[in-house]
Amino acid sequence: MNIDTKRDPRISFFIWVVIIALIIATPSLLPVFRLNLLGRYLSLAIVALGVDLIWGFTGLLSLGQGVFFALGGYSAAMYLQLNSSGSFPNGIPEFFGLYGVQKLPFFWEPFKSPIFALIAIWAIPALVAGCLGFLVFRNRIKGVYFSILTQASLLVFFNLFNGQQRLINGTNGLKTDVTELFGQMVGSDSIQRLFFWITAILVLLSWFFTKWIIRGRFGDILIGIRDDEARVRFAGYNPTIFKTIVFSIAGGLAGISGALYTIQSGIVSPQFMTVPFSIEMVIWVAVGGRGTLLGAILGAVFINYAKSLVSEALPASWMFIQGGLFILVVTALPEGVLGWLQSDRPKNLLIRLGISKPIRTYPSLEAKGKDEVNS
Amino acid sequence: MSKALLELRDISVCFEGFYALDNFNLSLKPGELRAVIGPNGAGKTTFLDVISGKIKPTSGDVIFKDKSILGKREHRIARLGIGRKFQSPRVFESLTVHQNLALAVSKPKKPLTLLLDNQQEEQLDQIKHLIKVVNLQSQANILAGSLSHGQKQWLEIAMLVGQDPDLLLVDEPVAGLTDRETDLTADLLKSLSGDHTILVIEHDMEFIRRLESPITVLHQGSVLCEGSMQEVKANKKVIEVYLGQSEDKE
Repeated sequence: MNIDTKRDPRISFFIWVVIIALIIATPSLLPVFRLNLLGRYLSLAIVALGVDLIWGFTGLLSLGQGVFFALGGYSAAMYLQLNSSGSFPNGIPEFFGLYGVQKLPFFWEPFKSPIFALIAIWAIPALVAGCLGFLVFRNRIKGVYFSILTQASLLVFFNLFNGQQRLINGTNGLKTDVTELFGQMVGSDSIQRLFFWITAILVLLSWFFTKWIIRGRFGDILIGIRDDEARVRFAGYNPTIFKTIVFSIAGGLAGISGALYTIQSGIVSPQFMTVPFSIEMVIWVAVGGRGTLLGAILGAVFINYAKSLVSEALPASWMFIQGGLFILVVTALPEGVLGWLQSDRPKNLLIRLGISKPIRTYPSLEAKGKDEVNS
Repeated sequence: MSKALLELRDISVCFEGFYALDNFNLSLKPGELRAVIGPNGAGKTTFLDVISGKIKPTSGDVIFKDKSILGKREHRIARLGIGRKFQSPRVFESLTVHQNLALAVSKPKKPLTLLLDNQQEEQLDQIKHLIKVVNLQSQANILAGSLSHGQKQWLEIAMLVGQDPDLLLVDEPVAGLTDRETDLTADLLKSLSGDHTILVIEHDMEFIRRLESPITVLHQGSVLCEGSMQEVKANKKVIEVYLGQSEDKE
């Protein structure tokens, strides 16, 4: 899976020029409504990268990434609420007045600081994921039991946030679009355009970061844990530590993703922690291609964009399409679309159709020593 | 008598009333090559599981390098210098031959080292050497999953050696190998003994004969007899266990 495919540097350079040009130009090309949607879906690509890291590479199928996604979203929203609540009674966010709360709950205090908020967005989810992960992995809870446990914790967090009106506005969530940032409304076009760029850059950075994680022996150990965890132990590695680290990283990425999504959709609410949403994250990765990273990004963006286009044209049909897509991937394309393209199956298809010639030996030998093999 | 590297003292393993090992004793001197044979269900794999930490014995103690390793977790035991090769070859099939070996030779086995440091030059040389020893040069960058059964067996042995353990536990290394590969494996293990202490479990008598090592015969969870090939072959109890009670034979 990690075999280097050498690409012509000029092609790479060209691709990057196109990507950067697109990022710069998109805000001028798309109407603000579409741009905003694209920005939101790009931010979902970051949580998908985390899912790919833990599921595609390490074999940990988490159905509870919504927890970390929401924690990041709440961190961002709490800062924004505090940043623009100076004119309200008691100088605290408006919703507190509805429940007769006079004093800011203690855990809101640190969120007055922008630096704290910037760190909290990824550090709090990473820390929660790390602690949860360590307890689970240390007890060698694996496979479906792990998945069920993550889903259960999702429900716990959902109920916790949903019930706390007096602390975090419960089921109503925290609105961010009417708050202020840099002296402007967060919902305004200029801030949204800025956040599109920030999101695009963070997607690229997250992609590089996850690529860097899986690049060398660390990534190989993750794959080893996925394929045969006991063997990793007997080779002298402690899988618990590796799994905890990678689960924590995925949590941090989910937090960043949640914060960007919150700012661009204008609200964070316990709805971020519903079961279907966390399962959707897994579907994006499954369709895009498990263990391909780029597949996770493309899966998240394209599926969500398709979702909004389909929903506009044929309301209520999206669920069927999404279900069908998932069945297709599970039955016909277990490696996902990108995984399928990267495997030798397209080549085999061409061979079967008589379009290209069959190879006689290992593909990598074929490429190196073509003459020897054919002679 | 020189000091033992590994000592199993009165090990019993009880699976819900069934004793897989029953007051089992074994002692290995440093540098020794020892073959263990026994009929199916004699407890051969179970005692490897006990040594490598996969199973906790019901009673008894495991002493390695003068310290009890009982209750330690598998990766700790591996780091202390006990390497294990499994019955069916267990290599990381989605990784290349080179990557498999790279993981085996890496030291220390800490996440940050693997993430931040490049593999040391000497480790790379070691990988190259190991690949040459097991004759996988042209497959170095091929996924281990696409190797043949014999090649996987050899890759796993190479990984075991790359881990540089003091004690090698080798479970049926020649299952499914051709005669020639079997002979080569025996020679390889013989050449490794001396520097390493090796414990081999095998059914293949031809292979055991070629190892020219002392043999321990296991039966129903305890040691039936110990000795050279000749002694074991002549032992009445061994014949009984392997051939059934038959006085008229031989």
